[in-house]
Amino acid sequence: MSDQNVNPMLPDNFSISRIKTETDDTFTLELQPSKGILNLDFEPGQFNMLYVFGVGEIPISISGDPCSKDKLVHTTRVVGTVTKAMRKLRIGDQVGVRGPYGNPWPVELAKGKDVILVAGGIGLAPIRPVINHIIANRGDYNNVVLLYGTRTPQDILYPKEIAKWSEVHNILSFVTVDRAVGEWDGNVGVVTKLVARAPFDPHNAVAMACGPEVMMRFTILEMQKRGIPDESIFVSTERNMKCGIGMCGHCQFGAEFVCKDGPVFRYDKIAKLFEVWEV
Amino acid sequence: MEKKKKKYEKQLILPAGEFDVFLQALNKAGYEIIGPTVEDQAIVFDTITSSSELPTGWTDEQNAGSYRLHKTEENLFFDFNVSPHSWKKRLHLANLLLWQAKTNGSGFSIAESNGNIPKQAFLGVRSCDAAAIEKQDKIFLQGDYIDTAYKSRRDQTLIITVNCSKAGGNCFCTSMETGPYAKSGYDLSLTEIKKNGRYFFYLEIGSDEGASVLAGMPALEEASVDDDSFVRDKMREVSKMMKKNVDTTDIKSLFYDNYDNSIWTKIAERCMNCANCTMVCPTCFCTNVEDVTDLTGAEAERWRRWDSCFTMDFSYIHGGSVRPSAANRYRHWITHKFAAWHDQFDESGCVGCGRCITWCPVGIDITQEIQNLRKSKTPV
Repeated sequence: MSDQNVNPMLPDNFSISRIKTETDDTFTLELQPSKGILNLDFEPGQFNMLYVFGVGEIPISISGDPCSKDKLVHTTRVVGTVTKAMRKLRIGDQVGVRGPYGNPWPVELAKGKDVILVAGGIGLAPIRPVINHIIANRGDYNNVVLLYGTRTPQDILYPKEIAKWSEVHNILSFVTVDRAVGEWDGNVGVVTKLVARAPFDPHNAVAMACGPEVMMRFTILEMQKRGIPDESIFVSTERNMKCGIGMCGHCQFGAEFVCKDGPVFRYDKIAKLFEVWEV
Repeated sequence: MEKKKKKYEKQLILPAGEFDVFLQALNKAGYEIIGPTVEDQAIVFDTITSSSELPTGWTDEQNAGSYRLHKTEENLFFDFNVSPHSWKKRLHLANLLLWQAKTNGSGFSIAESNGNIPKQAFLGVRSCDAAAIEKQDKIFLQGDYIDTAYKSRRDQTLIITVNCSKAGGNCFCTSMETGPYAKSGYDLSLTEIKKNGRYFFYLEIGSDEGASVLAGMPALEEASVDDDSFVRDKMREVSKMMKKNVDTTDIKSLFYDNYDNSIWTKIAERCMNCANCTMVCPTCFCTNVEDVTDLTGAEAERWRRWDSCFTMDFSYIHGGSVRPSAANRYRHWITHKFAAWHDQFDESGCVGCGRCITWCPVGIDITQEIQNLRKSKTPV
């Protein structure tokens, strides 16, 4: 619950402490409060509204480690006016931050179960905090599988971390690309094809998927084929957002406000909406 | 509200000839009076100080896509129904400066623009519009976050409802259970009555704020039992005058089961996507934000403006609009109003004011379309 006398539309100033170029069109910003100490707690799957001075404000999921409370981390893909301007910022520059907002991934529910994480493209960014959380509490989870698909080998996000997750933390990772270029000798094809290969007990597993809507549709079909009930499948959805707090109306998805009822939904609760064109 | 009503169970009589005394009491209590007045051939709400500015003797005739004023014989102050604009524009501003920012070195500082909000009395709020304000209160004042801009205006607002003495051409408040008699949502409530040579207002008190306004004027006589029953009968009569209606039986599933109905394409053949219905709707609350800078780029502002789900930009995400077709934008609007609103706020999003019918340039009648939908209902 927020302080109801504070205008929720007022951003806090954060300064960029680190910039990392991830791939051709993605970059990661690390942010620290420009003054004072702010509570940087968030839950995996939540997002912030990031403001670039004079340009605009956009929802970006938090992709940092929820256990490290000294900075905010956002990996962003350059797609529109605000993200283009954001990429031009330098260390020491400021951005405005509102949040964290939204319904998180079910990391508590997944305890004692197998966890299947399915990510497409930049969709790995909102999944990373789940992996960080699992690593910090590895004993609480059984088999953990990451299925990750991206366009080309050059577009693979966090490649060193993925290797480390596999080697050190026993997170079985399958990576696939749409187009193999260079020396790639791994999987080629859509990420949904990997579902059949993932080792998990469908009756004691939780699946979490984030990526383009079409990818999630097919992921769900594959999960259902494997026998995971809809109540154990979670998806993160994307809609236009202007406020992040359920007041601007833009993100409505049926009766759901993606900003506050989502972005993470239990699939059975929105399964009907997934069948409606242009809902 | 129910509790407060009990506290003020006595109804009073305000003679029409003393209406200005009442207006003066409002001014004395510090309220700017926003009341009905005739301007540009329409009844609009603006600042008034005297009863001479009220639309005495005027009435409105509303039909699908049409609004006209006429003179009447009756010479009543409030002989009309709903105005083109709802009260929304005075509580949930169409254009609101959220904040201003200035660069300083590599950063910027943000300052909220806090204007001093004067006390305002809304005079002549129809029961449908009072219900609409209650619906917007739920959106902006309940939940984890509060719209502080809305709250600052709402806190300064006194609501004086005037029960409708007739039903307008596009009214269907009885269907939506929001009128014609205002049951809640007011500080003071009036019913305008001319009978047996008496011309007066039957006055009900809804809150302490309302009562304290009356404390600033000479004491009013209490209404008689006859007056009470006259008002009850009058309200029943007005309800019966309602020409339009919406059958709200299982209305949620009516919409949720008909996403694929061909009716949406049919409506879209007429709908111009002009967004008028969303602008005049007293409950539609969607907004966009706009970032502007000065020419030097050193100062920036962030504005919030009314938006409409009928525009393509409304649902734009990387790759395109979620609802590129006009049919599905109309479907989204009406489904939100009559079905999704129930899931979101435990009530309908429609108050039956009929503005969307009056101000639709092609006269799409929401009540007729709901009837058409029922008739064409996809078999389950």
